Order: sequence, then C-alpha cells, then structure tokens
Amino acid sequence: MSTVAVPTMPWAKSPQDRILGASFLFAAIVFAYFFVAATEMKGKLAYAFIFFVAYGVITSTFSFINRGPQAAKDSFVSTLVALGAVVTVIPIASILFTVLQKGLPGLHLGILSSDMSMATPTDPIPTGGLLHAMTGTLTLVVLALIMSVPIGILTALYLTEIKGKFAGPIRFLVQAMSGVPSIIAGLFILSAVLYPITKGYSALMGALALTILMIPTIARTSEEVLLLIPNELREAGTALGGTQWRTVAMIVLPAARSGLMTAIILGIARIAGETAPLLLLTGGGDKVNPNPFSGSVGSLPYYIWKSFNAGSPEAITRAWAGLLVLMILVLILFIAARALSNRKMSK
Amino acid sequence: MTTATLIPNPREISTEPRRSDKVFRGVVTGGGLSSLIVLGLIAVFLAYRGFEVLREEGLGFITGADWSVTLDESANVVESNFGLSAMLVGTILCSLVAVVIAVPISVFSALYLNFYAPGWLKKILVAVIDMMAAFPSILFGIWGFLVLMPSVEYWGKLINRYFEWIPIFEVEPYFFARSPFVAGVVLAIMIIPIITSVSREIFAQAPLDRIQAAFALGATRWAMIKAVVIPHGRSGVVGGAMLGLGRAMGETVAVYTVLNIVFQINWHILLGAGGNVASLIILKFGEASAYEIKALMAAGLVLFLLTLAVNATANVIVKSTGKSGR
Amino acid sequence: MSSTQPSSLASVANARVERSKASTATGTGLEARGVHAWFGKNHVLADINLEFAAGSVTALIGPSGCGKSTFIRTMNRMHEFIPGAAMAGQVLLDGKDVYAPGVDVTKIRLQIGMVFQKPNPFPSMTIGENVLSGLKLAQIKVANKDELLESCLVRAGLWNEVKDRLDAHGGSLSGGQQQRLCIARALAVSPQVLLMDEPCSALDPGSTLRIEETIRELSDSMTIIIVTHNMQQAARVSDYTAFFLSDGGPGEMIEVARTSEIFSQPKDQRTENYVTGRFG
Repeated sequence: MSTVAVPTMPWAKSPQDRILGASFLFAAIVFAYFFVAATEMKGKLAYAFIFFVAYGVITSTFSFINRGPQAAKDSFVSTLVALGAVVTVIPIASILFTVLQKGLPGLHLGILSSDMSMATPTDPIPTGGLLHAMTGTLTLVVLALIMSVPIGILTALYLTEIKGKFAGPIRFLVQAMSGVPSIIAGLFILSAVLYPITKGYSALMGALALTILMIPTIARTSEEVLLLIPNELREAGTALGGTQWRTVAMIVLPAARSGLMTAIILGIARIAGETAPLLLLTGGGDKVNPNPFSGSVGSLPYYIWKSFNAGSPEAITRAWAGLLVLMILVLILFIAARALSNRKMSK
Repeated sequence: MTTATLIPNPREISTEPRRSDKVFRGVVTGGGLSSLIVLGLIAVFLAYRGFEVLREEGLGFITGADWSVTLDESANVVESNFGLSAMLVGTILCSLVAVVIAVPISVFSALYLNFYAPGWLKKILVAVIDMMAAFPSILFGIWGFLVLMPSVEYWGKLINRYFEWIPIFEVEPYFFARSPFVAGVVLAIMIIPIITSVSREIFAQAPLDRIQAAFALGATRWAMIKAVVIPHGRSGVVGGAMLGLGRAMGETVAVYTVLNIVFQINWHILLGAGGNVASLIILKFGEASAYEIKALMAAGLVLFLLTLAVNATANVIVKSTGKSGR
Repeated sequence: MSSTQPSSLASVANARVERSKASTATGTGLEARGVHAWFGKNHVLADINLEFAAGSVTALIGPSGCGKSTFIRTMNRMHEFIPGAAMAGQVLLDGKDVYAPGVDVTKIRLQIGMVFQKPNPFPSMTIGENVLSGLKLAQIKVANKDELLESCLVRAGLWNEVKDRLDAHGGSLSGGQQQRLCIARALAVSPQVLLMDEPCSALDPGSTLRIEETIRELSDSMTIIIVTHNMQQAARVSDYTAFFLSDGGPGEMIEVARTSEIFSQPKDQRTENYVTGRFG
C-alpha cells in the first residue's frame, strides 16, 4: 500500500448519521405539533414537553432496534441530560431578552446627568435619571472595596502563607460566611452600628454590610490564586535571605496580581446588585448625595426596587431600564474577570 | 549503656523570626480571624437585640404563627404577638420546592456538560451558567414577577388538576397567585447554576482510569455514568443541593416580590399563601416600632442560625467527597 | 548475533514455544492493516501491519513513546476517547473491520477486553461485583453467576486469596491482587482477545510472576496482546514479539517474529541494538 494515509475519525458522525439525526428532530417537531393540535393541550410548555418525549422515544427506539436495550437507555438519557441543560439555559436567555426588550425604551441620555429628586413615578420617562443611583452604587462599591480587599486578601494570605493552626477552622468559617443571607448582614449592621452609633442612614452603613458579603468571595478566590503560585518562588525568596514579609510583598503578591484583580472584580459583581441590606441601611434617597458618611443615598438596586414598587407604567419602565444598566454592569465585570483569569492561565 | 550505637534524639530546629515578620504574621493572623469575629458578632448582636422579645415570647416565638402589634392612640404597644412558625414553615417549604426542582435539572445539566456536550459548547455553557450565578437577585425577582409568574401559576393549576389527591397539592380556597410553588420555581432558577457548578466539579473528579475501565468492558455512556460517576459524586451532589438550600432559605428580595405572605401555617404549596423569614423582615421593617424591630432581629437570628447550620453541613459533605475522590 | 544476552533470553522464549499446546481459542484472530494514529496534527503511529493468530500471545516491545500503547488502544477503539484523536487503516476482528460504519463499539469492546497499566477496580463495588461488573454494564444475562464468578477468579489466579471475602471492597486488596481482579473482570464477559497495557509495570516482582503465570494459562483460550517495557517478560510469556520504534517521527513497527527469533537472530540492526540493551 503506497497511498498516503489520511487521518480519519471513523467514530465521528457521518453525513448519514447527521441526516438521520436531523430527520429524527424534524419528526419529533412534526409529531409535537400535530399531537398538541389534536388534543386539548395548549401552550409552549406542551409543545416542548411533547417534543422532548417524542425525540427521546424515537431515538431510543432506533437505538433499540440497532443495538439493543442498553443503547436505547443511553439514547434516552442523552435526550434527558440535554433537556436538563436546555432548561438551565432558558431562564438566562429569557432574562437577557426581557431586560433588553423592556429596558431599552427607558434609556435616554438624561439618565447620566440627572437624578430623581424632581421626578415623580408618573412623570414621562425623559424626566429624571440615574445619576444619583450610579454615583450611590459607585460610592458603596468603593467604600466596600476599601474595607473588604485588605481583609479578604489577609485572610487568603493567612490560609496560604502562614498556614497557622486556625487555617482549617478559618477556611470553614469563610465558607460559612459566604452563606450568610444578605438580609442578615444588613440586620447586623443595623443592630451593631446604625442604631447605637450613627443613628442615621448613610452610604457607609450600606458599604459595611456589603463588606461582610464581599469578604468571603475575595478571600476564597484569592486563596485559590495564591495556591497556584509555585512554592519554588517562595523558597527562592527566602533562600535569598528575604524575610517572609518581604517575600510575600515583593514576590508572591506581584506574581498573583492579575488573579487577585479577578478576585476583586468577582467580589464587586457579587455585591453590585445586592438589594436587601441597602433597603435597611441606606435610605435610598432620590438626590445625589456627595457625603458618604451621612444622609440617605440612592443606588441602582434601590432605585429599581423603588420604581418597581411604585407600580405606574412609567415607573416600571424605569425599573427595567435600571435593571438593564445593572445587568450590563454585572456582565462587564464578569467578562473582565474571565478575560483576566484566562490571560493568567495562558501565561 | 550496653548498645554501642546510639541513636541521637532529634534536634529541635527553632527560628526566631525577625520583628518585621512578627508584625506581618500578627497582621495577617488578625485579618484571617476576621471571619470568626464577624460571624461571632452577628450572632451576639442579633441575640442581644432580640433578647427581650425572645424572653417575652419564649418558645412561642418558634411555635406561634401570629405576628401582630396592637397600638393605642398615642402609639404605645398595647399588645403584641410575635410567632415565627408560619414564616419558618414557609421558608422551608419554598426552599424545598426549589431544591426538589433544581437538583434533577442541575444534575442532568452537569452530566451533559461533562460527558455529552462538545468542547466548544461546554465552554460557552459553563461561562453562561457561571454568569447566571452572579446575576443579582432583584433581577430574578422582577423577571420572575412580571414574566415567569403567569406561566408558573398555570403549571400550578395543571398540577392541581391531576395530582389533587396528594395532600400537599390541594388548593382550598381556589387561589393560586403568589404561592410557595411560584417562589420555589423562582428560587430553583436561582440555585440551578450553583448546584450545577458544584456537581460539575465533583463529576469532573470522577477517576479517569475507572471511566476507561467501564468503557473497555463494553459500557455505554450511561452505563459508565451509573457505574462510576454517580457513586463517586453522589454525596457531593447532596452537598451541592444543601448549599442551594442554604442560599434559597436566605434569599430575600426575589422571594418577597413573588410571594404572598400570610401569617398562618400553610403546607399546601400551590395555595397562594406563604411565609418567609427574610421577606418578613423587609415587609415589616418600614413601619415597625422599636419593639417590633427587636422581634425582627430575633427572627434574623433564627434565620442566621438555620442557614449557618445548613451551609456548614453542606460544606462538610462537599469537602469530604473531594478528599475521598482523590 | 553473538552477544550473550539475547541468547539467554532466546532460550527462555524457546522453552515457551515448545510448551504451547493445542489452543481452544475461538475465532480467527485479530489483524491490523495499515493502522496509523494521530493526536491532533501529531502523527504518532505509522502504517502498522500485524496479524495476531487466535490463541497466541504477542508482546509489543520498544522504548517509551514509540506508540505501543496507542496501537493497542486502536484495537478496541479506546483511542477515540482522547480529544483530537484520529486514525487510518483497518482493524479486523474475525475478518470484520471494527471501524466499519454501523459497528456497535460497545460490542467490539466486549469481544476485545483490556487490562490497564494501573489496577483500576471500581471502588464502589465489592470484589464479587467487580468481577461481574462487565455483565452488569452491558446487561448480559448468565445462567449461573456464582459459577462464572468462581471460574473467572480461578483463571485469574485470585480465587484462593479472595474466596472468603467476596463481599469486601476491591480497594482492600493489594496492588497485585487488584490487577488480577481486573483480569478476572475482563474475563467475565468472555472476550476473544485480551489487550494488556503494561499490566505489571506498577507491581512488585512476586505479583508480576503470578500475572505472567495467569497470562500463560489464559493463552490456551484466547488471543493476548501485551505491551511491556520488560524484555525478559516478553521472552517469558509471548509466542511472538513485535518491536516498535520512533526516531522522532511517528512510531513504526520495525520487526515481528517468533519471540525466540527476535531475541536470538533479529533481522534488523535496530532491533538487535534494543534487545541487547544498547539503547532504550
């Protein structure tokens, strides 16, 4: 045999298999259409349900005829797990689509330049804007960052660098802390700080509650990142006569920089849309409040909440617009975190 | 000494860290202990604030269902009753509905991602599902209220029509709006990404050599999964489900928007009358008197301890699976 | 061919061939025709043509990275699990191509069993369940399970050690016992061919000896292909030996012959260099 061998994948789907698969799909769609039309069932759910049942039955019958009962089960489960993935993704698609569809009419240039202090819920959309909410959210996030980043990273350093005798319990407590309901964080700040000390709403109060929610995210992600730093780097630092402090500050942390950024961004994404504690602690004013330490302050989630509860058509549209802005913010943060961590991986 | 060869005692190696390192270690340890401090303080402060109400109500705070305050004309509390049982039952009911719906879907989609999806699709789906886990709850709440709720009420009616003979699906009076079932479905959608990613990671740790052994014995994909992946990941999925349960129990805004809160214990999941501790706090906070705020703090304490217990159990389970898998 | 080492290996191999009896193996054996393999763009195996007669033991020897393992994984279609894998050529079992369209791959793997480098019993199953796991996985019904269980364990040389604790977990056995358990597991579905991918490389010498005995006994009833790094082992257990080599490019089969010939009078200089220990 002198012909040049060509790599092939005999196990891959052949064109015939693909045509067969497509025709099964088509048959299931047709069946679902007529079945639903012929019986008294109605609605999208009925179509989807009958379609998946029909598809599962058709493919597994085909497998049964060709390969026996085990293959039939396998085909049926393939349909079932694919159904699981579809059901998981449908809500995301629906959320993205609805927020885009209903939020776009509420967007206008004014949202960047004006606040809601002079607008009532029934005013037309072009009145008022999101300025107070965006500055408020920015203030909250910055304050929360100032408090949570040092604590989060110190916790991660304790777990990875010191590895003290509390490392096990602390890892456990950080996990437990990440499960603290946000409303509880709010209640805690209310009872421990707002009532006895400041006695009034402010951005700082909200930020304190957000800090509690943010620490575990930052600590856990940072820990994972720091564990990826090879031990040789640390040993190299100490072998050169550096103290542990200098080794960590000059070698470990810089090496983990982009990973730590990812941790911080994920932390921001975690709290940017947090609503419940802000309802207890920030007052949700309609005016831009330049003082982070006193006075009611607005924020994107609070604005959405307020507009949604106001109930008028204009207010609902404003709520959707606010949701769109919030969602875009979270998306940007999420994509940034992913891009950063991918770059770190590829290095 | 009769033996000629002496085995020396091991020397102890000690290092005296420099002062800068001592400071460093002190600061880092302090930071590391913050989670302990915060969790401790939460319990202490909520207990301290709620103490008065807890003492007044006693065990009735957990067992009673009535939550009412009667004021006289000058806004003094004449009589007050604070019982959390309807809210607790509601919280558990909603989160159980969520977990029951979410677990099979999550396990299926985790299996799909690990063993069925082509590589490119897996990458996209994992990113999308992780992103969904980061979506704020207010988004789910409002979307759930305005988009999802009508369909879910319709599903509820269907279930009621065909399964009314099962006690929990009874609906009397015939009222389906904003039921625990609706809240449960919204919560399920919120926790599916969490359970999916925990299950996916556990399944991915299923030992490759065993997977190959199963295939080499002529197993189909499903037979392999049943023989190798499920036994390996079973307890991890239970842990993931409990993490989801904890998250669902503490969820506030999303539940508040879609749940009708009624101060009466209701086990009928399709009936439009539910309860939820977290939503109670939001509901009553605005107009609460100083004394009622204390009651809300006590309610918060109960919720805190409940979620803490669920989460701690979940973490122990997930962690022990991770170890035994290696 | 005057080196002393090959002649001693050859004498072992000669003894082995003389010992071979009338085989009860079924089928007409396995044949590779022009088999190539790729991982992505990386061409790892080129144009392998080999026949494995029914009831014979063939050893595949060669230095690391020469494609021996890849080759036997193309035989029972385990190759395709690696992402980016591709192949060319034909693998004929009883004259039928296992890669032909419409062939049920699970049936192929039932006929061509495999034992892996590291013992891999199923951790969630007992010893007994492990042996019969292939039946459960492929849902094959047998009349007498206990009888089959015993006969598989006897043939794998493990029966006496485990007959009193069939309900213990597979993980409670030693490494060598676990590997024999894996052999018993492969035997339970009565394959025609048994592929062994360096089955002794993770084991101590005593366990290795037991497994070699097992291989010799099994060769009466089935075709065995064994990949090994250990030339003495090849000489001890095999009827035929194929030498694989890669010089940077794809792995090729340099030579195949009766084991005694490979070790006493190899035709290719490179084979001689390898079996005399000049490289590898």
